[in-house]
Amino acid sequence: MMRIECPCCGLRSEDEFRCGGESHVARPAEPAAVDDETWSAYLYLRENPKGVHYERWHHRYGCGQWFNVARDLVSHEIVAVYPMGAGKPQLDRGGRA
Amino acid sequence: MRYSALSLLRGALNGHRDWPQAWRNPSLKGSYDAVIVGGGGHGLATAYYLAKQHGMRNIAVLEKGWLGGGNTGRNTAVSRSNYFYPESTRFFDHSLRLYEGLGRELNFNIMLSQQGIIGLAASRHELETYRRWVTAMQLQPVDAELLTRDQVAARVPLLNMSRRARYPVYGAFMQKRGAISRHDAVAWGYARAADALGVDIIQHCEVTGIDVAGGAVCGLRTTQGTVRSDKVALAVAGHSSELAAMAGLRLPIESQALQAMVTEPVKPCFDHIVISPAVHCYLSQSDRGEFVIGGGTDLYPSYGQRGSLRGTEAVLGAVVELYPALSRMRLMRQWAGIVDISPDTSPIIGKTPVTGLYLSTGWGTGGYKAIPAGGETLAWTMAEDRPHELIEPFGLDRFVSGRLIDEGAASGVAH
Ligand SMILES: Cc1cc2nc3c(=O)[nH]c(=O)nc-3n(C[C@H](O)[C@H](O)[C@H](O)COP(=O)(O)OP(=O)(O)OC[C@H]3O[C@@H](n4cnc5c(N)ncnc54)[C@H](O)[C@@H]3O)c2cc1C
Ligand SMILES: [Zn+2]
Repeated sequence: MMRIECPCCGLRSEDEFRCGGESHVARPAEPAAVDDETWSAYLYLRENPKGVHYERWHHRYGCGQWFNVARDLVSHEIVAVYPMGAGKPQLDRGGRA
Repeated sequence: MRYSALSLLRGALNGHRDWPQAWRNPSLKGSYDAVIVGGGGHGLATAYYLAKQHGMRNIAVLEKGWLGGGNTGRNTAVSRSNYFYPESTRFFDHSLRLYEGLGRELNFNIMLSQQGIIGLAASRHELETYRRWVTAMQLQPVDAELLTRDQVAARVPLLNMSRRARYPVYGAFMQKRGAISRHDAVAWGYARAADALGVDIIQHCEVTGIDVAGGAVCGLRTTQGTVRSDKVALAVAGHSSELAAMAGLRLPIESQALQAMVTEPVKPCFDHIVISPAVHCYLSQSDRGEFVIGGGTDLYPSYGQRGSLRGTEAVLGAVVELYPALSRMRLMRQWAGIVDISPDTSPIIGKTPVTGLYLSTGWGTGGYKAIPAGGETLAWTMAEDRPHELIEPFGLDRFVSGRLIDEGAASGVAH
């Protein structure tokens, strides 16, 4: 069972949250100007790393806020929680923020 | 050695002491005509059909753990072909037909039991959707039928049919050819048959790098040394993104944990595979008497082969509502496998932008049923270097053309 630190509500059970997938996927500024490959990459291609993953979470059954989480996909350890719009946090070699 | 009633009798007479090993334990050679990464059902079947149907003998299957220890050995072993779109139905029905003859083909008893799969409708609307689905199946033509509430009650006596049940039953669809088989036997059967044709199955050999030169694959680095080959297939399920990245590719795949569990064994009392898509739970009774129970995936990316407590609770909550008689049974085991979910929940199989590199992934929560056809068509694709017609619609290029095959509803489990 994961517990996730919501920036507004504090530490809560994973049951209250929903994962919104990989974060920092930038939408092409001019969708009509890009070719199909670029658009497809934006829509579908993902890092899906066996390691630290930067992802969006939604406190669905709480305050309703979206925020970012850096989480190890093997141990599920949450190494950082940071606001939407912020850049990826710098992690040290042990994967800590 | 050919397995038969006679060989079994001979074995019995000398106390089963000298059965020969079912496959060799060869060491890795420096080069192969084709290398398959991943010793699950798909990898082993691909190697078998390459050897059997395309006359290639200098082939290796590299497996980082033990063969069949991935999702193939962790799944709930349901085969059926009631998808929705013709592309899927054609492919999966071909696979089911291959399953129907697989024991004989491999000379290995896969214990195929076509006990039929029943999908419960929990509302009038769901039953209407099934009516459309069943009609689409029958036109293709694949066997499928609707069951009335009374027919369901007669076939599944343990089901809570009370009018006050939390999950009411309005009727069901049924595919009578739907089957359970022994998953280990499928892996072992393909392994033994491939080995007999000269395929080297190398266990405990993890691929750590893929060498690409001039846009073409030329070899692999592994924990047992390097190996040269200009035909390489990746059949590594939940680890597809990791392996593809070694060749410089990103994939439309997300890895998630899918769990299953079994109860203590009891006498036979459950004759079919019964799935309840509305509450994401399905079960069947194994030959040993255990109830094999499955549900939906954990809805976030994961490589931890555990499965969340929330997932376990959700499935078991549904089981005790639907089958009150099971509420006091004890669970013996619970586990998870890491499944490879694609955006349209259809497989991704065939060629990649790297010459000589082939891919079999996106099987998600339902690739066990696809093992025979997946292996056969990928082998054809590797031998001919062009997509077999059954898998042409399932290429990686569909994410650029936009021609997706959205089978999210037909998979029957949430992801
Ligand atoms: C709990 C559960 C229930 C399921 N139930 C069903 C069902 O009822 N019906 C159905 O049709 N499907 C079901 N599935 C899905 C099905 O199990 C899979 O789609 C199918 O087994 C995939 O087969 P595969 O050969 O592609 O993968 P796997 O059997 O997972 O084989 C991949 C292999 O690749 C190896 N590997 C990974 N990385 C490397 C590396 N770097 N080097 C070398 N080897 C590597 C792994 O060790 C693994 O053995 C279920 C899955 C799960 C987890
Ligand atoms: Zn909150």
